[in-house]
Amino acid sequence: MNKKKTFALPYVVWMVIFTVVPLLLILFYAFVHRTDTGALVFTTEYIESALSGSSMSVLLLSLEYALITTVLCFLLAYPAALFLWQLKSRIGSIVNLLFMLPMWMNFLLRTYAWRALLDTSGPINRILQLLGFPAQQLLYTEGAVIFGLVYNFLPFMLLPIYTSFTKIDKSYIQAAEDLGANKRQTLIHIIFPLTKSGIITGITMVFMPAVTTFVISRLLGGSQTMMFGDLLENQFMLLKDWNTGSALAVVMMVLMLLSMALVRKSDDGVMPGGM
Amino acid sequence: MTKFWNFCKRFYLAILLIFIYLPILMLMIFSFNSGKSMTKWSGFTFDWYQKLFTNPLILESIWVTLSIAILSSLIATIVGTLAAIGINDFKKWNRNLVINLTQIPMMNADIVTGISLLLLFIFVKIPRGYLTMLISHIVFNIPYVIFSVIPRLKGMDENLYEAALDMGATPGYAIRKVIIPQLMPGIISGFIMAFTMSFDDFVISFFSSQGVVSNLSIYIYSMAKVGINPEINALSTIMFLCVITLLIIINVRAERQAIRSGRRAKKAKRAR
Repeated sequence: MNKKKTFALPYVVWMVIFTVVPLLLILFYAFVHRTDTGALVFTTEYIESALSGSSMSVLLLSLEYALITTVLCFLLAYPAALFLWQLKSRIGSIVNLLFMLPMWMNFLLRTYAWRALLDTSGPINRILQLLGFPAQQLLYTEGAVIFGLVYNFLPFMLLPIYTSFTKIDKSYIQAAEDLGANKRQTLIHIIFPLTKSGIITGITMVFMPAVTTFVISRLLGGSQTMMFGDLLENQFMLLKDWNTGSALAVVMMVLMLLSMALVRKSDDGVMPGGM
Repeated sequence: MTKFWNFCKRFYLAILLIFIYLPILMLMIFSFNSGKSMTKWSGFTFDWYQKLFTNPLILESIWVTLSIAILSSLIATIVGTLAAIGINDFKKWNRNLVINLTQIPMMNADIVTGISLLLLFIFVKIPRGYLTMLISHIVFNIPYVIFSVIPRLKGMDENLYEAALDMGATPGYAIRKVIIPQLMPGIISGFIMAFTMSFDDFVISFFSSQGVVSNLSIYIYSMAKVGINPEINALSTIMFLCVITLLIIINVRAERQAIRSGRRAKKAKRAR
């Protein structure tokens, strides 16, 4: 007699209604066309239009931005995590906390503040002018969007990498040194492989969210740069075209599954998103 | 040489920290600016702090954010904890299925989760508003609770529950008095995670409520398009100070506890 199972019943019902059914609805809207007579027919026209030239170019642009963002985040975060780890462990964890702290501040506010900072009459341009450079158009450029993405996603790269550093058994490094490895060899052959799982977690926490973001590009890139998330939002909130919108969402989900499969393959046994 | 290298490392970390804190500093400074501009300083004032507490739109959105964060994380904690206890008892195949389905809202892009819920609400004709936003927050909060409770269940002695039943406890009583107390750390961290996720959410709220009700994020988003008013700067300053105070309190407490348990360990050693 074990009744513990029944405790999960409310949740299972809830999950079917609010997680499974909504996903099936996306598939339904993406693949089923309602004719004028009200009949339902299967169609691939929405998927085709979601993969057509204009939205494909938006998708490719988003992938490119996300890729650049991921690489830049990694290049910035890896040395930072290494240096944090080399500090005294107490100080390192405090400084790490300082890096995490802004995540509790609304990201829209922080991104908005960058708008003021990058403005033609903002502080950055003023400093440039003091140094004798002409004022630059920083806002509403591709650079501003990527900058904003790096700013927002950097902590998500730093945290998992730093966590994997703190788990390193320092006797490995001593062993490497005892066996005559120099600092560079130790870094490349010992430390780097030991932090691989953190890097992979970091990549999954930066890349896909960066592809699907829609607010950052709108605030910093203006109407010039449209990312995949913006396209999706337009389709739903402005045009109210559920079918094409759902087809775009299906494309996004397939991308997500692909990237997850890639991660699983390159890193068996480590769960993505392990905070 | 090593001294110089050490300086370089610290300098690099400092630059990164400045990069991360610059916008927050900017918001704080300009919350005291008497003009409305975010780029031109025109004098010191406390006015925006005063106006903040009389602006009905901001107060309303604070209320929506807080009440939804509290309600959704409470409901998610109760449903999620019970679910975790139940799922842990499922047969292997069923358990894997439910756990994989539970991961969907965590793995999926927020925008897709938001859209899928919007489609559901449109399909069954629930008017968009406070209720739909609350439901959506519960949807993405439950997985955080489940995944922070399940590891504690795995480390628990199954026999304790059986023993309670043998001694005549009803299953409900045994759960309350035997299982829940042992799960408490997991339940609390799940609750805290759910609360912060809900408090900070923009994308899912935006889609699930279709802008009918505004939480803080939606309000800020609609303001940002036309130019934020400085009251929001004042609010973010207050919020940031709250977060810092909270973290300092938590850290000091943890430190004290560590010192105390250290002393206790020493005493125990001496007694032996």
